[in-house]
Parts: sequence; C-alpha cells; structure tokens
Amino acid sequence: MAGKVWVYLDHFKGEVHASIWEVMGAGQMLADQLGSSLTGVVVGSQVKAIAEMAFHYGADEVFLADSPVLEDYRGEPYADIVSKLAKENNPAVILFPTTTRGRELAAMCAVDLNTGVLPDVIALETEDGSVLATRPVYAGKVLAKVKCTKMPQLITLRVRSFVKPEADPSRVGTPTQVEVLVNEESIPTKVVGYKQAEGGASLTDANVIVSGGRGVSNNPRLTPPDGLDEKEVEIWRAHEGFKMIEGLAEVLGGAVGASRAAVDAGYIPYERQVGQTGKVVTPDLYIACGISGAIQHLAGMRTSKVIVAINKDAEAPIFKLARFGVVGDLYDIIPPLTEALRKRLGK
Amino acid sequence: MKSVVCVKQVPDSAAKVIVEDGQATWGDAPLVLNPWDEYAVETALKQQEAHGGDVIVLSMGDESSKEALKHSLAMGCNEAILISDPAMKGSDSLVTSQVLSAAIKKVGDVEMAFFGRQAIDGDVGVTAAQTARFLGWPAFTLVSTISELDPDTKIVRVERSIEEGRQIVEGKMPAVISVVKDIGEPRYPSFMGIRKASRANIPTWTLGDLGIDTPEPAVSWSDLENPPQREITTEIISGDSPEVIADTLADKIMEEKVL
Repeated sequence: MAGKVWVYLDHFKGEVHASIWEVMGAGQMLADQLGSSLTGVVVGSQVKAIAEMAFHYGADEVFLADSPVLEDYRGEPYADIVSKLAKENNPAVILFPTTTRGRELAAMCAVDLNTGVLPDVIALETEDGSVLATRPVYAGKVLAKVKCTKMPQLITLRVRSFVKPEADPSRVGTPTQVEVLVNEESIPTKVVGYKQAEGGASLTDANVIVSGGRGVSNNPRLTPPDGLDEKEVEIWRAHEGFKMIEGLAEVLGGAVGASRAAVDAGYIPYERQVGQTGKVVTPDLYIACGISGAIQHLAGMRTSKVIVAINKDAEAPIFKLARFGVVGDLYDIIPPLTEALRKRLGK
Repeated sequence: MKSVVCVKQVPDSAAKVIVEDGQATWGDAPLVLNPWDEYAVETALKQQEAHGGDVIVLSMGDESSKEALKHSLAMGCNEAILISDPAMKGSDSLVTSQVLSAAIKKVGDVEMAFFGRQAIDGDVGVTAAQTARFLGWPAFTLVSTISELDPDTKIVRVERSIEEGRQIVEGKMPAVISVVKDIGEPRYPSFMGIRKASRANIPTWTLGDLGIDTPEPAVSWSDLENPPQREITTEIISGDSPEVIADTLADKIMEEKVL
C-alpha cells in the first residue's frame, strides 16, 4: 500500500475553518486513487471534537495533539509537532487548506522534512503513484502543473476550490493521542491577543462578494456636511457609497470588496482589496460596482462563478467577464436592486 | 541595528502574461521590484530611521535583477548584494530559502530580515517562513503593524493579518518579518537616491561563496498552460427605469441559483 494521505485540520482556537472539509474530500479522492488511506491531524487545545468530526468526513485514523500550550496557533510549535509525526509515520502526502496558518505551517514543515511545498493548489490528479497539482501563477494569468519530487508531498489547497463531501455521522473512531513534548519555555513567541477584522466577513471565505471601485465617491445627489475640505468631502462621499454596497452585501449574506483604486484613495481598508496585490477570491456571485476592471483586479476575481457588472462605461473591460451587465449609474441601480433581492430572499 | 531585506524582480503587475511554447512570456512589459517587496523595503527603512544601522538588500536572480536592487538602493537602502549562480536555475522555495538564509548569515550580525508577503510571479508566499525556519529565528509573517521593535531589549511585537482579524504576537530578535500592504505606503526613490544607485557597485555572491553545493529542488514544473477561456455570453440588462432594470437583474441572479 502506498503511503498515507494526511490532512491537517486547520482551526482558529477550536473553531474549524470552513475549508477543511473540502480538503478532507480532496484527500479522500487522492487516497482512493493511490490505493491508500486518509489520516486527519489535529493540533490545538481542547480540539477533540474536531478530531471526532474528521471521522464523519472520511478519516480512517486521526492524530490528536491536544495541550493547553497549543491553544493559540503559532508556527514554530505546530510545525515541530506535525514534522515529528510525519518523520515517525512517513505519509506520502500532507494536505493543508491555504489559510494563513496552513500556508505557513506547510512552509515550515517542508524545511523540517527537506521536501517541497506546493501552495494554493486548485486541482489535483495522480500520476505514477504521486500527486500532480495545478496552481495559478502570475495571479492566475497562467496555470502551472507542478509536482513535489520528494516525500512527503506538501500541498495547500485553495479555499472554495474543492467540493465539500457530505458528513456521515455513522462513521466514528477514536483519535490517536499524540504526546505533546513542547513546553511554553521552548516556544520563541507569545500570543498577546487578538483584534477584530475591519469591515466584516472574510473575503476569501465569502460565497457572495459585492465590490466597489473609485466610482463609489461620485454620487451627484449627495450634499456633504459643511466644514469639510476637498479630500474630506471625497472620503465622506466614498463612505456613503460603501454604505450602499454594504447594504447589498448584507442582504446577500456576503462580504464587501474593493478595487485597488478605492483602497489607495483611502476609502476602505486594505483588507477589502480584491486583485493581484490584494486577495484572490472565488465566490459564487461577484457584483462589481463602479469597477472598470484593470487587469490586476480581474486577476483576483476572474474565477468567480457568476459575475455581475454595473458600470457607467459600456466599454469597461469588466463587462467581458460578466454574465450580466448594467450600463448605468450604480447609485440608480443598487438601491432598487437591494430591495428587489431582499424581497426575493424573503428578508 | 543591521537589517536585511530580501527582494525579487518580477514582471510588472499590469503585464499580460501568456504561455507560448511552454514558457511564460510577458512581451515588452517591464521587470520591476516585486510590489510586495517595496513594502518590505519601506518597513526596513522606517526601522532604520528609528534605530539607525544599515539596511542591506539581497536578491537572488540573474544579472537583470540588479535593477530591483537599484530601485531598493534608490529608496534608501545602504548596500545591495546579488546572489547569482547558473546552478540555481529552477530553484524552488526550499532552495531559495536555504540560499537566502546562508546569505543572511554571511552578511553577519543581522538582527532583522524583512520580506514581502509573496512574489507576484510565482505566488508561492512561503519564503519568509522557510528562511526563518532555516535560520532558527521566529517568523512573524503577514505583519500589518509593528507595535514595538527594540534593538536594546530585543523585543519585537507585531500585529499579524489573519482570516479572523489580527493576531498580536511577541518574540525576540533576531527575527524574520514578512509584511502586508497595511504596513504603510512605500516611498518613491529620491532623485539623489537614483543617482547614488546608478553608481553603486553591486557585488555578486555565488553558491560557492555561500558554501552551498549544487542545490536539489524538490518541486518540478511539468507544464504551463493558459487558463481555459471562459465561455461567457454577457447579457446587458436594460429597461425603462432603474426599478425595472433592478427587477430584471434580480430575477436573473435568482435563476443562477447561487444564492
């Protein structure tokens, strides 16, 4: 039997990341093709429930490293544990979700295990008993087929790119406890605390994204309050514009995105930027409002399932990617569109 | 405080990159300093303004990568070193990090190493974490704010950008930091800086200089493809009033069954 397929089950303080079951599904597919089996790896504090859930999602065995010292994700101790386990058990493949944690952990384990890492993969296949991965490069302008020639093959899978399998609650098992040898003194960093993200739901996880561009600050019908200078008026207008965008996103249960132009102009925090130097997103529905579609922006959202564009300029490149387009003023269209969708969604 | 910034030269983000005869090409689009790395250079220079010391910029690549180094010098870095060797062709992230960590050791007495979050050509984004791992230094990746960096107490405290918000982490120097855009707008090269950079002598280090034998990449690129063309028929929705347009568009969106 070929070496096992491992999946690292990422979580934030015990809260699983939505994409990990997608990764379990992909792992199952590889295990079937390689004639191997599927192993889950859980590292954290009081995370036994995640380990037990992994059995519902296809794991044949689950390693559980559970200790108060592991409460917060930190790359160094987590990598120590995963690498040590891998050295003792020789898996063929270790899959991670492409979260901030998954990518960093895979990177560090690759050094420990003297192997390669293939980050942000969107498709997997097997060839001669090993895995061939497809990953976007140049922000998705090109697709590369890549292979890790050493064992284990470390691969991180892009969020929302693989199908989440159905859970089967009748599949159960007992996690294998792993002895945790790291102690606080041996860890080079301390987590001091956390702060909320600015501007709501995470873009990369969102099913629906409504994005605004520079055009959100151009509503001619608004009268800004007195006593603001020119730049303040522009920012005030932009905030009003983004409120409208947020209203639509809220009705759709989605997240707010922005073009680089809107971020650079100071309208909205960088966390919201979609594009080559922002976030690459793959929602089911992407509504671009007042975004013309510079090549850098298109690179960040081109794989969205359904794209809707609202723009005054009929020649804007964004329309070439759009399933539906409205040539018009976003201030005219978004309020009635928000209402129309609210009604249809029964909200 | 002596610090190092690791940078890469890449095709401009506006370049139309396509695959021809199995190779990625970008026509006559310029090669530039990786945009993310500009933020890393800016961060190193800010720390230099606060604490003094030299900022040394390193790049791995061929002779043409000197342009990225010169841009960094023009922004204000003190020294630049190119790491170039024919045997590094086809390097993967593991080799790159191994080489960079050896170069950081060779520079000597480095207390901070700064990186951009990823290069916009390969979009791999693991070099900072891997270099830290090779050096045995703590890795602070995806940093949006440096709240404290004190060369006397050696304490580093940062905010990292994660899916759930910001993680505030503390550790000791020497350390590796990779930065995201929130860290602060990079400065433009100054006129004086550009003049100085154009006259700069940039030494080249080879693998031999770093004491590394022929590296063995663990990642092989078997194929490059253009992404499949999306078969999209764009339907432009029009109507007598915004309300009519909005109603039609809402129906069309509902029909797609993505909500």
